[in-house]
Amino acid sequence: MRTISYAAAITEALAEEMRLDPTIFHLCTDAPGPLLREFGPTRVRATPIAESAMTGIAIGAAASGYRPIVDWRLVTFCFVAMDQIVNQAAKIHYMFGGQAKFPITFRTTVGGGTRRAAQHSQSPYSMFMNLAGLKMVLPSTPYDMKGLLKSAIRDDNPVIVFEAGRLAALTGEVPESDYTIPFGVADIKRAGSDVTVVALAWLVHEALAAAQVLATEGISVEVIDPRSLVPMDADTIRDSVRKTGRLVIADEAGPTAGASAEIAALVTEDARTFAALKTSLERVCALPVPVPYAPGLEDHVFPDRKRIADAVRRVMGEQRSRTAG
Amino acid sequence: MSVVTPEQERAMLRTMLTIRRFEERASSAFHAGDIHGVVHCYIGEEAVATGVCAALTREDKIISTHRGHGHCIAKGADLNRMMAELYGRQAGYCKGKGGSMHIADFDIGMLGANGIVAGGISIITGAGLAAQLDGLGRVAVGFFGDGASNAGPFHESLNIAACWKLPVIYVCENNLWAVNTPAASSVSVRDIADRAAGYGIPGVVVDGNDVLAVLEAASAAVARARAGQGPTLIECKTYRHRRHTERPDQLDERPAEEVQAWLRQDPIERQVMRLREQQGQLNDEEWQAMEREVLRAVDAAVAFAQASPVPLPESALEDVFAP
Repeated sequence: MRTISYAAAITEALAEEMRLDPTIFHLCTDAPGPLLREFGPTRVRATPIAESAMTGIAIGAAASGYRPIVDWRLVTFCFVAMDQIVNQAAKIHYMFGGQAKFPITFRTTVGGGTRRAAQHSQSPYSMFMNLAGLKMVLPSTPYDMKGLLKSAIRDDNPVIVFEAGRLAALTGEVPESDYTIPFGVADIKRAGSDVTVVALAWLVHEALAAAQVLATEGISVEVIDPRSLVPMDADTIRDSVRKTGRLVIADEAGPTAGASAEIAALVTEDARTFAALKTSLERVCALPVPVPYAPGLEDHVFPDRKRIADAVRRVMGEQRSRTAG
Repeated sequence: MSVVTPEQERAMLRTMLTIRRFEERASSAFHAGDIHGVVHCYIGEEAVATGVCAALTREDKIISTHRGHGHCIAKGADLNRMMAELYGRQAGYCKGKGGSMHIADFDIGMLGANGIVAGGISIITGAGLAAQLDGLGRVAVGFFGDGASNAGPFHESLNIAACWKLPVIYVCENNLWAVNTPAASSVSVRDIADRAAGYGIPGVVVDGNDVLAVLEAASAAVARARAGQGPTLIECKTYRHRRHTERPDQLDERPAEEVQAWLRQDPIERQVMRLREQQGQLNDEEWQAMEREVLRAVDAAVAFAQASPVPLPESALEDVFAP
């Protein structure tokens, strides 16, 4: 099977869907080159810098028989569109009693590690998770991205596809065929028996790296990638925690009311799963601060494989390792 | 534009009267506790919705504000389903899930009343984009107030519509007050239509209480849009007869003399006068018959609403997503 990058998987999914369905058009403050060349400026539009209007326009066009894709680019730019996202897109199907459908895909990039400081390094997906009316996914591999983005585009509802900025160049095997991945299905990225690590986006790969090191210490780590934030696959997570009895959650966002808190609640509110826990869970999240600029500061704020490994060792009842790895 | 016939003039009067009587009943029902939450009466502004919608077809789309009953009626909505929605019944347009501020009939191109000031302006701009892509000459109309013309979405939307030459007509209902804040102190220009020049599109000021003038301006803007010449901003000078909402604690800080002066410009009275005195097209019998028919229709709507079952509690879980 051929190998392509996460970014290429995105372009491939967009192009394939646009070939299949002429009602799809793409709005972005910069029209992406390959799509613009293939589909032209009517369907691949460069917009003024006006994310609120772009979002509202997508809603109105979706109600009128089209299937818009809006690229907010960095997630920070969608905050000016919050009324259109929260008060309109999330609620519009419900408050009008289901009179129309609103098939919209929002694309946006999350995550840090680029030294672009507070406003450009965020992972605010939990803000949107709390709303009813939006579906959202956070793929961590090229394979997951292509399948989930296609599902998002084909879904007749507003879906946010969070693209992990750090993973743009990550390569992986991606079928050339047309395939979709359903929402609400987590992926067990690595099977294990001692500890469940539920990780998001870039931290899936950090968790996998930590798992390799921990394996040499005799600790068997199961890494679960939810992939889909809303709906989230609680069953797969609970099944795993019932098997291992130990849980570490890794999320690049801050801990307070984060996706990590939601996962912790899903696990502990289920009686059978709660009963299987051998110890309290650990969350490995960003420090609760705006992201700073200086490389040393930013690296200190964000979790990584070392912090995930330390958390695993702690839930295994061991002292935090003083050696690297 | 083509000559407006007496039939069309009477039809517009009937629409305005229907809006008026519907709003009066909705207000009493609200005060009686049968309609909940909040009601924003369109009384006094009927000529704007009526004149504009008279220039549209069923396939054209509109969007409205928190004060949306009038636009819904003018676009051709069913009074029964409207009143049932206000009463919070299952048979309402939104299955009781929206209420007054989210009244909508997507089948006839009414994309909803919207509870956020300026919240609908970019949405209807998107409907305009869809109309342009469809290539069938259809248009989209956004209604909003003087307050909304100060908000971001207004400016973003006009700019994009102008750049892309979208077939959108932006209708500003300037009733001089945003709740209790006068436009005189919060809008930087006296005529909101002047803002159109900033976006390179035509801006027109209209006597919003003259339904024929509104129709003429709307028809010209619609023709431009259908011909691919892009958007227009129409500012309708008008006034609401009542307070911002019907809530008992709603203050009304407008000067009494100002209110009285505008009451004397009642759009319905002016249309009646034109039909009777200028054209001899509406005698006492016809006028009384029209009143009776309209009242009968509004009564029927209330009866329908009262007889409709309330939604089952479990239905609260439905319609979050389309299947």
